[in-house]
Amino acid sequence: MLWDALTLQLGYNATLVAIGATLLGVSAGVTGTFLFLRKRALVSDAISHATLPGVCIAFMVLVALGGDGRNLPGLLVGSAISAWVGLLCMNWLTRRTRLAEDAAIGAVLSVFFGFGIVLLTVIQTMGVGRQAGLEGFLLGSTAGMLWADAVIIALGGALTLALVLIIRRPMTLVAFDPEYAAARGLPVHRIDLAMMGLVMAVTVVGLKIVGLILIVALLIIPAVTARFWSDRSERVVLLAGLAGGLAGYIGAAISASAPNLPTGPIIVLVSFAFFLASLFFAPMRGVLAAVLRHLRFQRRVHIRQGLLALAQGQKIYEPLTLRLLRRAGLVRADGVATDTGKARAAKALRDEKRWEIVRADQAHEATAALYDGLRDIETVLTRDQIDEIDRQIGGPQGIPA
Amino acid sequence: MLGLISNEGVTVQEHNLDDSPLAVRGLTVSYGQKPAVFSVDMTVTPGAMTAIIGPNGAGKSTLLKAALGIVTPLSGQVTVFGQPLNSQRARVAYVPQRASVDWDFPTRVIDVVLMGLSRELGLLGRLRARHKARAMDCLNRVGMRDFADRQIGQLSGGQQQRVFLARALAQDADLYLLDEPFAGVDAATEKAIIAVLKSLKEAGKTVVVVHHDLATVTDYFDHVFLINTRKVAEGPVAEAFTAETLQSAYGGRLATAQIDQISRALG
Repeated sequence: MLWDALTLQLGYNATLVAIGATLLGVSAGVTGTFLFLRKRALVSDAISHATLPGVCIAFMVLVALGGDGRNLPGLLVGSAISAWVGLLCMNWLTRRTRLAEDAAIGAVLSVFFGFGIVLLTVIQTMGVGRQAGLEGFLLGSTAGMLWADAVIIALGGALTLALVLIIRRPMTLVAFDPEYAAARGLPVHRIDLAMMGLVMAVTVVGLKIVGLILIVALLIIPAVTARFWSDRSERVVLLAGLAGGLAGYIGAAISASAPNLPTGPIIVLVSFAFFLASLFFAPMRGVLAAVLRHLRFQRRVHIRQGLLALAQGQKIYEPLTLRLLRRAGLVRADGVATDTGKARAAKALRDEKRWEIVRADQAHEATAALYDGLRDIETVLTRDQIDEIDRQIGGPQGIPA
Repeated sequence: MLGLISNEGVTVQEHNLDDSPLAVRGLTVSYGQKPAVFSVDMTVTPGAMTAIIGPNGAGKSTLLKAALGIVTPLSGQVTVFGQPLNSQRARVAYVPQRASVDWDFPTRVIDVVLMGLSRELGLLGRLRARHKARAMDCLNRVGMRDFADRQIGQLSGGQQQRVFLARALAQDADLYLLDEPFAGVDAATEKAIIAVLKSLKEAGKTVVVVHHDLATVTDYFDHVFLINTRKVAEGPVAEAFTAETLQSAYGGRLATAQIDQISRALG
């Protein structure tokens, strides 16, 4: 069943939802990354909650004008307007009052959402309101998705991505160093607004699929996931798009594979699974890698300290050091150094002296920066350079490196 | 010409304003109700190295930021090479304080330097080999060529500062404004930075540095600008950097012993 869903063989609606969710995932992942890099991730939460009053007011207006209250483009325009108002309120509170950004986010989020819920209740008491299904915008509802809805999502997503592509450089510069960006004459404030406008666009486009409460997850989780895998912002952006798109696709497929599985929440859970896997297993920044690195580092420190102690004829008290040295065949069971151990110890002591010279010499700065008290010097210097250093040290030459 | 009259009512015109790479008139900047910089005039001498000096909280950095339009002044005018700042942005390079950014940002050393070329690259311009070559050349000038591919968080404080300087060099500007480039850096970095700044001066560029180390002022700079919210003194080091002006800028904050030491050093 899941296989059928993943290969888009579960029928028309499921296919539409899967395509829409994938596009939404890509654009949310890419756009959200800039918000994340600017350290404003939570702004998206306020923006999304601020869409609700707009959805409700648009519904009322449409009904009052005698139209169909469920007209998606109409509702999305309404949500965009109220999200924009919310954004401006937040911006004003942060810039013109003493409120910090977190407080402004809290204020806008709760007030707009509260107002939206009141309007929603009012609508449900209206004659036409009962079948309106506006609650679907809270958590997304994909059951009755139409071809036209999918087209709107696809167009909105594509447009957002194109705009991100155009202003990606200024957005990155402002995220990294806003003062420098301002000094170069970039309109920092307007770039920030544009970035949040893009986030708003993604939010509005995503209302139908994941809903306003969960869209924040699609904006932030892929960015955080991608950050584990790369130290380069442009790659983080691409990886976040990939993670978001995959989560959208797989999530939609899973929810289509069984009855009564809500699409939006499942997409968020899939996205979270990617995050969890990255958190633990990412090669450089992952938790597991960090633990392994720490253990390996600890072992190297102990062996190095042990070797230096041996070279200087000091007694080793630390049991872990002794155990590691013994296991490496550097000392015998009674704690006396083996021949290999003696040679390694002499080399370690020599390396310390060589490093001392390297670190004192400005010409070796890039090498000196690699000093951690553990590294074998021949891994960073050529044989000739080491010979040169040995001449500076004096004493017996020809100790192997 | 009200702007040319100092607070004491003495005319202090030193240069034709049109020549000055950076001229500030009647600049007041305030955070809340307390002015950080009050009615300051500054005329930077072309082709010289100028130090902006003053106690903590005297408005040194604020003066620089207001001159660059990073903070909005309450009043006052800024001209760059005799023109409004916005028309001259390409000729001005800024090196912010190192602590002003998050060094865990996902970017490499070379990418930071390439930010200095953002004007040339535009929004969609392709990054070409010549851009990279120029960035590498700038890294070379600050002795950081070997670090090009490292993530910026792996650098020491001094190295980070040099990367910032390389980014400014990439702009190939005529006026360089640096905010505390020597704060908390190692001696090697300080030497490298001052060598680069002196080479800029030799190439006819103008350098303005917010500086905190009074002991090195006479070695490094030609001109000083002393500030403590208001302007205290401005001019060539020999004239404006004296025991009296220091006393006046720092008040009780500078020990008499320090002032004696500096005035002895000045002869």
